[in-house]
Amino acid sequence: MEFLSYLISGISLGSVYAIIALGYTMVYGIAKMLNFAHGDVIMVGGYLSYYAMFSFGLPWFVALPASMIVCACIGMLIERLAYKPLRQAPSLAVLITAIGVSYFLQNSALLIFGANPKTYSNPFQSVNPDGSINAGISLFGGQLTITYVSIVTIISCIIIMLALNFFTSKTKMGKAMRACSEDKGAAQLMGINVNRTISITFAIGSALAAVAGVLLCSSYTLIQPTTGSMPGIRAFTAAVFGGIGSIPGAFLGGLLIGIIESLAKAYISTQLSNSIVFAVLIIVLLVRPAGLLGKYVPEKV
Amino acid sequence: MLKWFKNAKKENRTDYLTYLGVVLAFIIIAILNNAGLLPRSRAGQLVPICCYIVMAVSLNLTVGILGELSLGHAGFMSVGAFSGVIASQALAASIPSAPLRLLIAMVVGALFAAVAGFIIGMPVLRLHGDYLAIVTLAFGEIIKEIINCLIVGSDANGLHVIFNVKGLKTAEDLNLLEGGKIIIKGAQGAAGTETISSFTAGFILVMITLIIVLNLVRSRSGRAIMALRDNRIAAESVGINVTEYKMMGFVTSATLAGAAGALYGLNYSNLLATKFDFNTSILVLVFVVLGGLGNIWGSIIAATVLTILPEALRGFDSYRMLVYAIVLILVMLGTNNEKLKIFFAGLAKKAKKAKKGGA
Repeated sequence: MEFLSYLISGISLGSVYAIIALGYTMVYGIAKMLNFAHGDVIMVGGYLSYYAMFSFGLPWFVALPASMIVCACIGMLIERLAYKPLRQAPSLAVLITAIGVSYFLQNSALLIFGANPKTYSNPFQSVNPDGSINAGISLFGGQLTITYVSIVTIISCIIIMLALNFFTSKTKMGKAMRACSEDKGAAQLMGINVNRTISITFAIGSALAAVAGVLLCSSYTLIQPTTGSMPGIRAFTAAVFGGIGSIPGAFLGGLLIGIIESLAKAYISTQLSNSIVFAVLIIVLLVRPAGLLGKYVPEKV
Repeated sequence: MLKWFKNAKKENRTDYLTYLGVVLAFIIIAILNNAGLLPRSRAGQLVPICCYIVMAVSLNLTVGILGELSLGHAGFMSVGAFSGVIASQALAASIPSAPLRLLIAMVVGALFAAVAGFIIGMPVLRLHGDYLAIVTLAFGEIIKEIINCLIVGSDANGLHVIFNVKGLKTAEDLNLLEGGKIIIKGAQGAAGTETISSFTAGFILVMITLIIVLNLVRSRSGRAIMALRDNRIAAESVGINVTEYKMMGFVTSATLAGAAGALYGLNYSNLLATKFDFNTSILVLVFVVLGGLGNIWGSIIAATVLTILPEALRGFDSYRMLVYAIVLILVMLGTNNEKLKIFFAGLAKKAKKAKKGGA
């Protein structure tokens, strides 16, 4: 029973990673760059929803879309100002810029919101008539509790993945994205607006980051300027694990990383949990550089 | 002498001037320091500045010369710092001379960092680009967590090491004999370290680093490394061994970072593993980027100025990291975007013209 509860918390954590990893994977697939700032967009989404819910008293189903829209705009703005001028630059320059953007967001948040963690009370729970908090469903006579946050996280992750799969395979914009990720020059010759496609990819990725921010903060019940950085890196690990550029891969990788992290924390060591996740990344990159579901592209000379 | 200098190659001249500049700076600062003209806060910064210069120059070897972004450079510094502290503390009884012990500690730190660099380099250098960056970041985090789990003490029987995986053990479990001392206490880091670092040692380390790096860059191996940076496939096709030369650059860089770490670690009586986190790696990267990728003396100046400035401008402190972030973005945009490059070149021309016109 203990194992089952760790497994469920792992799946729920993994679903958040999967949502973040989808953002990484889409941006990497199309712009061929590691958007280091993605993790910090999560934090921005978390803060936006925090203020929307606890300062303005909006319900979560209003706060969530609002922060998604703002984050999408921030994502497009970052792309326009920092990454677009570097389209032709070597990847080292783009990566350093991305780190700069990540630091910029983190330190702006530090100045605007302060360094102290804020309590993010979980919106996905109900209060019983007797005043106690009902945070989840009890099973097996109270031995196993599945929180509502976990359920919401897992369901939203599945919905997002299915929607994105539909979007990239059936809609015109989605097809344009796939074309751009194959060959930007050829896509442009076919009349696809490459710049707009990349912008929209960033918008979608950042909106997903906002969703992840709300879910992550609801389950940790804390938010601070560095909230997004570690989950961001772990989610990137997940994206690489599943095969970067592949949407089902990000989903699978996210779930596996979440489960590995949760079980490692429970059974091996809390202190070494990051190390274990990263060791998985290193082994995957050595054994199967393209990831579990990615396709290997040989280098053309 | 002057004639010889004039006849030397342009690169060599730059190198000699770099050495000369560092030596002169050392002499001036040493005189000022001995005369007591430096304020205490500045004097306390001399050793950290030397450490950061070595860090920046060695990271420049990886990023600027080898062309791969390493985000775990602070990890090597950490390895060097803690192995150096252990060596110095454990040998305190048998080697009373502080400079000799510092030398041994730095060599030990460098060796451990070299081994760490080799172990990390084996898997990492098979990757390139973004993957390499993220894996070095991962290694930096792994090193930090592993050191957080270490409990080390020494007594008459030698070193005692516990690897505290579950986080349940304390220094009591070392079972030290009477007179033994605890060197590293897990997450609380190294405490009670005897501070034996000196500015002279820092200067010597900077000089050694410069001699190693500049000679490597101007050698046959250095040219091979730069060829790999400029075009890996072309370099491979003329028979340059990719792994060998990348490993050479990477391990040299790690070794120097380890020596700098040992010097840094022995400058403070308390040291936490979290000091060498991702932020420190980024800080060193900012030195390298601001000084110019591949430009050694640029790194030296950037490291010095950016270590002194935040202390000098106290009110500026909370904006420091924000400004660093903007610096990273702007330098990258300014040096890599064609339109901006033309814009800056135009500005420079105008400035020149205005100067000539004015004179």
